Amino acid sequence: MRLTILTGVTGLILLVVVVELMRRRQLREKYAALWIVVALLGLPLALFPRLPDAVAGMLGVVNGVSLVLFGGVVFLVLVSIHLSWELSRLEEETRVLAEEVALLRAETAQQRSEP
Amino acid sequence: MIDGKKVLIIIPAWNEAGSIADVIHEVHRELPGVDVLVVDDGSGDSTSVEARKAGAEVLRLPYNLGVGGAMRLGYRYAADHGYDVALQVDADGQHDPRYVPQLIAVLADADLVIGARFAGVGNYTVRGPRRYAMTLLAVVLSRIARSPLSDTTSGFRAANRRVIELFARAYPVEYLGDTIETVVHVARAGLRVVQVPVAMRARMAGTPSQSVAKATFYLGRAAMVLLLALIRRYEPVPPAPAPAREELHPVGGDGTALS
Repeated sequence: MRLTILTGVTGLILLVVVVELMRRRQLREKYAALWIVVALLGLPLALFPRLPDAVAGMLGVVNGVSLVLFGGVVFLVLVSIHLSWELSRLEEETRVLAEEVALLRAETAQQRSEP
Repeated sequence: MIDGKKVLIIIPAWNEAGSIADVIHEVHRELPGVDVLVVDDGSGDSTSVEARKAGAEVLRLPYNLGVGGAMRLGYRYAADHGYDVALQVDADGQHDPRYVPQLIAVLADADLVIGARFAGVGNYTVRGPRRYAMTLLAVVLSRIARSPLSDTTSGFRAANRRVIELFARAYPVEYLGDTIETVVHVARAGLRVVQVPVAMRARMAGTPSQSVAKATFYLGRAAMVLLLALIRRYEPVPPAPAPAREELHPVGGDGTALS
C-alpha cells in the first residue's frame, strides 16, 4: 500500500511537471507528446504494479516489475540516442550560423572600405 | 500604400524557384505600392535569386526553419520597418492577390483576417481524415474566437499592427502551430479574428500532399497542437497600437554574400 502511494505520487508529479512545462512553452510539441505518453502510461503502472504480470509471463519474464524495468532501460537508451542525434544537428546548425556571420562580417568590412 | 497604410506582403518560400517570380510579378501588377518580402527558408534551388530578380526584398535563412520560422522572421521585419499591415501569401500561387484589398478592408474592424477556402467561393474540396481534422479545428476555433471560422489552416491572412507586434515577439514555430496556435493566441489576447471567403487557385508548381495515412497522421497532430494551444499560457498583449518607432534592428540589405 505504501509502495503504491510512493509510485502513484511520483507518476502524478511527473505528469504535472510535463504539463506545466508545456503550458509555459518550455517544451516543444514533439518532446511534450513523448513525455505525456510516458506519464500517462506510467500512472496506471504506479497504481497497479501487478498489471503487466500476464504479459511478462507470456514473454518468459519472471514478473511484471522486471518487464517494466527492462522496458524502462530500453526506452531511456532510445531517448539518449535521440538526444545525441538532436545535439549533432544543433552543432551542425551553429556551425552554419558561425559561417554566415563570418561571411556577413567580410561583406560589411568590404562595404565600409569601398565608398 | 493602400488607403494610406504601409502594406507588406510576406511570402515564405522553400524551393519555389518555379513559381516565385510569377507570384511576385502578379502582386506588383495587381497591388502597386505594396512591398514584397520573400523569406527564403533555406532553399536548395535558386528561389532567392529569382525573387530578387523579380524585385522583392529577400531574407535568406541559412537552413530550413519551417513555415512558422520563416513567418516569424517576416513579422519581425514588418515590426521593425513600421508596417501597418502584413499579409502572408503562399509562394505556390494558390492565393489570388486580387483578394488582398478585401482582406485589408476587413481589417478596419478586425485584427487578424483569414482568407478561407470553404466559405462559399471557389471549388476547393477535401475528403477523409483531412476533412475531419478541418471540421474539428473549425468548430473548436470558431468557439474560441467567437466568430465563424471554417478554414483555419489557410496560409492567406492579413494582420494589423497589434498582431504584427504580437507575432514578432511570439510566433509558434512548430508544425501547424503557425496556423492553429496563432488563431488561439490572437483570440485569447482579446483581439478579433475574422474570415473572408476567397477562391483558391490550382498551384502554379509543385503537388499538394494528399494520402490517407498522411491525412490521418495530420488529424492526430492537429488535435495535439489544438490541445496544446488550449492549455498554454499566453502573455498579455501590448495595450495600444504603438506609435511608429525607429528601426531597432534594421534587417535587410541585399544579402548577396549569403549565396
